[in-house]
Amino acid sequence: MTPMRRDVSSAKRAQFALLVMLLSLAGLASCGRKAPPTPSGTGRGARTESEIVIGSYMGTTGPSATFGQSSVEGMELALAEINDKGGVLGKKVRLVVEDDEGKPEVAKNVVEKLIEQQKVPVIVGEVASKCSLGAADICQKSGIPMVSPASTSPKVTEKGDYIFRVCFTDDFQGWACARLAYDLGFQRAAVLVDNTNDYSIGLGDSFSTAFQQFGGSVVAEENFAEGDKDFNAQLSKIKGSDPDVIFVPSYYQEAGLIATQARQQAMNQTIIGGDGWDSPKLTEIGGKAVEECYFVTHSYSAAEEPVMQRFAKAYRLKHGHEPDALAALGFDALHIVADAIQRAGSVDPKAIRDALAQTKDFSGATGSITMDEHRNARKPAYALLIKDGKPVFFKKILPEGETQAPASAEKPTGTTG
Amino acid sequence: MKGNRLATAAITLMAAALFLALLNWGAHLFFGPYGRRLLIAWGINSLLAVSLNLVNGQTGQFSLGHAGFMAVGAYASALLAISQPEGFGPFLGDTGSYLWILALFLAAGSAAALVGVLVAIPIFRLRGDYLAIATLGFGEMIFVIVLNLPATGGARGLGGIPEHTTVLVAFGALLVGVVIVKNLVGSRFGRAFASIREDETAAEAVGINTTKYKVLAFTVAAFLAGVAGSLYAHHQVFMVPHSFRFMKSVEIVIMCILGGSGSITGAILGAGVLTMLPEWLRLQERFRLKVDPRMVIFSALLVVLMLVRRQGLLGNRELSFSSLRAAIKKLGKNTLDRKGIADA
Amino acid sequence: MLSQQLVNAITLGSVYAIIALGYTLIYGVLKLINFAHGDVFMVGAFVGLYTISSAYLGLPFWLGILLAMGACALLGIAIERSAYRPLRSAPRLAALITAIGVSLFLENSFQMAFGAQPRSYPPIFPKEPIPWISHHLGVEMNFSQILLILVSAGLMIGLQAVVQGTRFGRAIRAVSFDLQTSQLMGIRTDRIIVLTFALGSALAGAGGVLYGAYYGSIDPTMGIMPGIKAFVAAVLGGIGSVPGAMFGGLIMGLAEVSVVQFVGSQYRDAVAFAVLILILLVKPTGLFARYQSERG
Repeated sequence: MTPMRRDVSSAKRAQFALLVMLLSLAGLASCGRKAPPTPSGTGRGARTESEIVIGSYMGTTGPSATFGQSSVEGMELALAEINDKGGVLGKKVRLVVEDDEGKPEVAKNVVEKLIEQQKVPVIVGEVASKCSLGAADICQKSGIPMVSPASTSPKVTEKGDYIFRVCFTDDFQGWACARLAYDLGFQRAAVLVDNTNDYSIGLGDSFSTAFQQFGGSVVAEENFAEGDKDFNAQLSKIKGSDPDVIFVPSYYQEAGLIATQARQQAMNQTIIGGDGWDSPKLTEIGGKAVEECYFVTHSYSAAEEPVMQRFAKAYRLKHGHEPDALAALGFDALHIVADAIQRAGSVDPKAIRDALAQTKDFSGATGSITMDEHRNARKPAYALLIKDGKPVFFKKILPEGETQAPASAEKPTGTTG
Repeated sequence: MKGNRLATAAITLMAAALFLALLNWGAHLFFGPYGRRLLIAWGINSLLAVSLNLVNGQTGQFSLGHAGFMAVGAYASALLAISQPEGFGPFLGDTGSYLWILALFLAAGSAAALVGVLVAIPIFRLRGDYLAIATLGFGEMIFVIVLNLPATGGARGLGGIPEHTTVLVAFGALLVGVVIVKNLVGSRFGRAFASIREDETAAEAVGINTTKYKVLAFTVAAFLAGVAGSLYAHHQVFMVPHSFRFMKSVEIVIMCILGGSGSITGAILGAGVLTMLPEWLRLQERFRLKVDPRMVIFSALLVVLMLVRRQGLLGNRELSFSSLRAAIKKLGKNTLDRKGIADA
Repeated sequence: MLSQQLVNAITLGSVYAIIALGYTLIYGVLKLINFAHGDVFMVGAFVGLYTISSAYLGLPFWLGILLAMGACALLGIAIERSAYRPLRSAPRLAALITAIGVSLFLENSFQMAFGAQPRSYPPIFPKEPIPWISHHLGVEMNFSQILLILVSAGLMIGLQAVVQGTRFGRAIRAVSFDLQTSQLMGIRTDRIIVLTFALGSALAGAGGVLYGAYYGSIDPTMGIMPGIKAFVAAVLGGIGSVPGAMFGGLIMGLAEVSVVQFVGSQYRDAVAFAVLILILLVKPTGLFARYQSERG
């Protein structure tokens, strides 16, 4: 601050001060502390009259990049199908995908960017729950519906009534894993959790609770950090408590290494995991160590249901290998969004939100999807067994209280009334 | 004279208020919510860089764990705000909530400063490389503690933090921080810092209690970093401990080095480059790259800076109106001279 | 179970020791913490992958590791020449900042080039536990573990022999003790420094390949944590001491495994930092201190 010159008279100085004071008071008063939330419908999705723009944020780079990449592949397949059939509401659909590098701060920024610059009426994302949690705040505040294809943390949809997911939650998934383990006859479980990853913590917790409810006991609970390569110390400790099954609710990278090192220590217990295992890289890393291991996931590509087959076939044609559940979920997420826009009859975000909330028995590549009152999809889980280096279908696990519906009852096409 | 000083202070205050008001008005007129997010991020990073500069640039001690203090402040403020959703209560309306924000800042800063003192006292026995590594160690230990404390939610993150940080609040805090640092640097404390930076052994020999001043600089820096953490928490609304690791500390160091160690405006400039430039350039999109090249560029820049221009953009000097005027004058003078027009 | 943990500790410690050997050598002559050392380790692992894996060059293991060592030696020389030598007379902080910059540059450019996704090492050695050991010693160990431990010990013995028994080693010790006097005595200090850098980096490269072979998975950020832990090991053992680095590494491995076994696995990484702070505060010169310097 440059010092005042000494020769300015005090009267002038006082006048100047008064002027500055009045101006600044006026300025402060005119600007509110917070811009009021405007879930606006004007101008949304109507940047060009001839197309509908859907926004998406995914972690296509970063340590678990295959999740984001698979999801985008699934979405692109769905996009092609939708546009081949003439688009939605007579207009072509365009998908804008932003990379959030797997970081919540970046997710928030790109979502804000999508809403403000691309003016999208609806957003699809993310897989990693921590990114979804960050972005959900912004979507809810701005009144833009958000559909997560694969975030399983229960807290995501708790953020507000504009947040949906097309997959099951970790509460259910952990229960399903415990169901699987217990029904296979195991009684003493060891749990190895990545305590730097919220997904792993949540899934581990719900597994432990359910497993103990069924009558089993959790004999050991150990931790590691995402990116770790050495698990020998934890495994030796687990070995000492003599479990008959080991639950590893982590991503595929660590799961493969953990299985390898367990076998190196002559620990031959069955290892079970959740949807974080679902990647072609699991068997590449784990090799023989993951043979005869199980994991629970959202779908499997060789299912008999027609929608699943149609998706798997299209994916195989385009990419030359089997799709994983993330791709299937991305596929379903985009289809459900398109379907909701169609049902809403407009690109008004509120109308889309309401249509999404009413989604019922939507036939997806990952099963029949109905939004429950918490905007979570009530769906079965699929337990897969790794045999000869490939995951094969083992068992379908239904949510508690549901009975097995015959396969023919699922509607053949993607549109619902 | 006392009257003069009071008037100057009052005018400075009004000028600051006017500046903030204009900034806020401009931020709402020219930027949407996304742009404002960036502006706020710049403000927060500036405060972090300015505070680190006190330790690195002014006192010549190298701290690689600054993000740890940010974390302490962030979680302290967030947890306090969540546990007291009414704040000071419904009285005093708008000013009341500004008072509450101020209280949160003080809580955050004090918590961080406390941790700062605890860390500073043992480690300032060390010098140079070893000091740096020790601060790195402390920064990572803070991360591990935050990760494993049940109250912070650990890796699951802490959500539902009330959103208090606006452009006004962020830059207001920055302004106050700058004033504090500037006054400190211009006082006898600042001269002590400088002497430690220039030659610590000589300073000791002359009788300056170097440990006392190093701890002071460190604690003030920690306090401001804590306030920055509070700004961050109330901006992000949901945060995870991973945002406060070594990489964040390194980013803050880069901001300081880029702008010029020892310069307050330099730190703000450096923060601006690191925060805003990548968004404006959007290199990843433009060149269709697989990953964002910003860290590659910044790390290379760091090495090049050390080799070619160690003082960063501004070095020790500050950007001010008089220096800008002088620089423009000099530029003009040179042009005139070259054109052969005589100068008086 | 505890004996198995001991095996785990020794294996882990050997990894840290190999990296620490390079750290201690380089710090000894340059008085600089080579932050990039952990990343040279990572580069070695990648070179090994591309030379050994049948998807690329498919060379035999011993050739792959030699090539990795050579590549890392060259990398070390390049780093020293371009980033550290010009700053020899600059304030220490500048060199430290440069080291951080080089480290980040290596990590991020490798991420850009190879992606952040982990890569699998080809199965070079059998992963099954060796029956003789399981039967007679009651612990499970496989071939690559034994190789790791033996190579680490061998490197230490070899390095110590070089440092204590050869002229080159004497020169290294002289330069570590007092750079200026060594110059006055006619030692070509620049050359010694470059050679030491090359040697230390080559060791890191070898460590990287062994690490990849043992754990089976590498990624561009794999050097960060082992690098920090190895640095702590070097400080613990006493900067400048070759056996110190070895023992420091083993102690770090032991500390890490003990914390998992007796305290809680979530504090596994924090142990390194706790040991670092403790050592710096209590005995900064380390356990087997060689050279006195103004540390405290």
